Amino acid sequence: MRQIAIYGKGGIGKSTTTQNTVAALTEMGKKVLVVGCDPKADSTRLLLHGLNQKTVLDTLRDEGEDIDLEYIMRKGYGETNCVESGGPEPGVGCAGRGIITAINMLETLGAYTPDLDYVFYDVLGDVVCGGFAMPIREGKAREIYIVASGEMMAMYAANNISKGVMKFADSGGVRLGGIICNSRNVDNEYELLKAFAEELGSQLIHFVPRDNIVQRAEINKKTVIDFDPMVPQADEYRTLANKIDGNDMFVVPRPITQDRLEELLMTFGMLDSL
Amino acid sequence: MLDCTPKEVIKRSGGLINPAKTCQPIGAMYAALGIHNCLPHSHGSQGCCAYHRSHLTRHFREPVMATTSSFTEGASVFGGGANLKTAIKNVFDIYNPDVMAVHTTCLSETIGDDISTIIKSAEVPEGKVVIHANTPSYQGSHITGFSNMVKGMVEYLARADTDGKKEQVNIIPGFVDPGDMREIKRLVGKMGIKFIMFPDTSGVMDSPMTGKFDMFPAGGAQVEDIRDAGNSSLTMALGYYASSTPANLLERNCRVPAITLKTPIGIKATDDFLMTLRSKFTLEIPYELEEERGQLVDVMTDTHHHFYDKKVAIFGDPDILTGLTEFVLSLGMQPVHVLTGTPSGTLGGPQGIFEKEINEMLAAARLEGRVKAAGDLFELHQWIKNEPVDLLMGNTYGKYIARAEDIPFVRVGFPILDRSTHPYLPIVGYRGALRLVEMISNALLDRQDRDAADEDLELVM
Repeated sequence: MRQIAIYGKGGIGKSTTTQNTVAALTEMGKKVLVVGCDPKADSTRLLLHGLNQKTVLDTLRDEGEDIDLEYIMRKGYGETNCVESGGPEPGVGCAGRGIITAINMLETLGAYTPDLDYVFYDVLGDVVCGGFAMPIREGKAREIYIVASGEMMAMYAANNISKGVMKFADSGGVRLGGIICNSRNVDNEYELLKAFAEELGSQLIHFVPRDNIVQRAEINKKTVIDFDPMVPQADEYRTLANKIDGNDMFVVPRPITQDRLEELLMTFGMLDSL
Repeated sequence: MLDCTPKEVIKRSGGLINPAKTCQPIGAMYAALGIHNCLPHSHGSQGCCAYHRSHLTRHFREPVMATTSSFTEGASVFGGGANLKTAIKNVFDIYNPDVMAVHTTCLSETIGDDISTIIKSAEVPEGKVVIHANTPSYQGSHITGFSNMVKGMVEYLARADTDGKKEQVNIIPGFVDPGDMREIKRLVGKMGIKFIMFPDTSGVMDSPMTGKFDMFPAGGAQVEDIRDAGNSSLTMALGYYASSTPANLLERNCRVPAITLKTPIGIKATDDFLMTLRSKFTLEIPYELEEERGQLVDVMTDTHHHFYDKKVAIFGDPDILTGLTEFVLSLGMQPVHVLTGTPSGTLGGPQGIFEKEINEMLAAARLEGRVKAAGDLFELHQWIKNEPVDLLMGNTYGKYIARAEDIPFVRVGFPILDRSTHPYLPIVGYRGALRLVEMISNALLDRQDRDAADEDLELVM
């Protein structure tokens, strides 16, 4: 079983990329569990064709601690198992503690069955506290992919996440598997991200081009493969799934300095205008 | 037992060994017990509340009533709002206090529960009050917690609603025993000044055996009196760390001038206390108090040879230490080690006063000593190994050092868990000083007797 955590700046497309990739993996016959680690609970919407109303923490709140796995785990597209940790409403409680509770509960309830090929953790924005690092703590995800784009703040966040990964690399054995570019059509985006990934000591595992079909599929609460398996964008996700499946480059990232990050942006961002 | 404490002091960057302080909520709970018909409420897990209650009970040998929000996993994720609202409803339905005094715990502080908003949106019965204090234990000590709860009393209760100020004084006694609070009240009463003391745990934590259980004993400051504190012409805060912040808040909220004085332990601090009252209210000090002072001076003179040049190590709470240090200096002793676990500066509280004040006292007496805030008993033990003392003074936790180093030990401060009666008897005022003289000289002379050869055992000392 490969356990994979997806991190990246908020709004960069982690959930969309994860679900589309998972859809492609199921096409390859893989058995996948997706764990949404975001209080908004929207990490499995496309696989489930709608929001999962029963998050782990909602169930914990309504039913108490004595709950069954079927309450919280739903079957999604391609027989994927989908779980949302859920969390408190904005402004109260502790979302980080929620992630810890939810993942511990999944372990106790036996969600991690041996027949699974993949477990994906879709984690929100930045790693702000211990709770959001839970998926990469000891014994959990060993592989991390960071979703980024050629925008400054996305790369800044990716660099920051690399710092977190470096911290857990010794104790938890977690490694960076690569950067996934979810394109925003920024100048020289491919070259910039490739250079950035290499600076980190990692790789740009795939460049997902921007295509409006993704938005159309999202409006229909579906992944692209589910919505229209024949479009070119579906093949992009298939390629990404293949690359992840065959990936053998796992590194401890070397985060770069802010100055170096800005240098990269200058070098690649300015090329066109020269 | 503490045989392994090394003599060599190595600088430690983190961690405490045998801390000389405890949790903020213990102080908050104790302060809340000083309001009549008040039920302290611990907003956190059950274990916090159980420990704080039992710790207070061990010191006072009285039952301590308190309720808890009973946090579970769910509360720590979703916040404690629902638990607190249910608690408020249950507490007034079942126990019906006049005041419910909520203090927080580390868990609810880390979650970030917005207590005042929760209280505002809760159903509080007509005529009842819920007050609160934020008391994270990773900040300050039980003294900070005491101060924060008294701040809560001022914030929620005290109001300025008369045209002029009344000829009455507010007394914030600080974290002292009920016996001390009684003594302070007696002194102010003898001066003939109308006063409001809050919190006031006398009659609560030293209540008599009546054969009948009272959930809320007869003592404690009345809510209407604390309200009226906003109309007083002066607040006297006794002890910088426990009392100055609430007194300053009362000055800001209700324009009641605040004066912070040392806890009146020893002759000088008691003089300061009475002279301040005298000058502020233009009164004569009654003969009875002059007589008590004279008696104290008499005893100090008669027995000065018992104390002169004896080295003493003192630890405990900062406000108590300031008075004690000053008093042992008055007795001619040398306080060579003075240590508190309470940090010198606390967020939103007094900054760095403790070390400065003690060092100034030592300098005035032309002595040198080790003084430290935020220290621990391990370090105090190391100091004693490097510079031995004739006497150790402090709370019960000092008994292990006293045994390891074979030094006489006087129990004073909080908590005293292995002796009784102390909550009833004061260490403040001239009477309290007399009691301190007795305790110190008994300890020193018992030791002299114990160690004397048969032919040197003195009948008259």
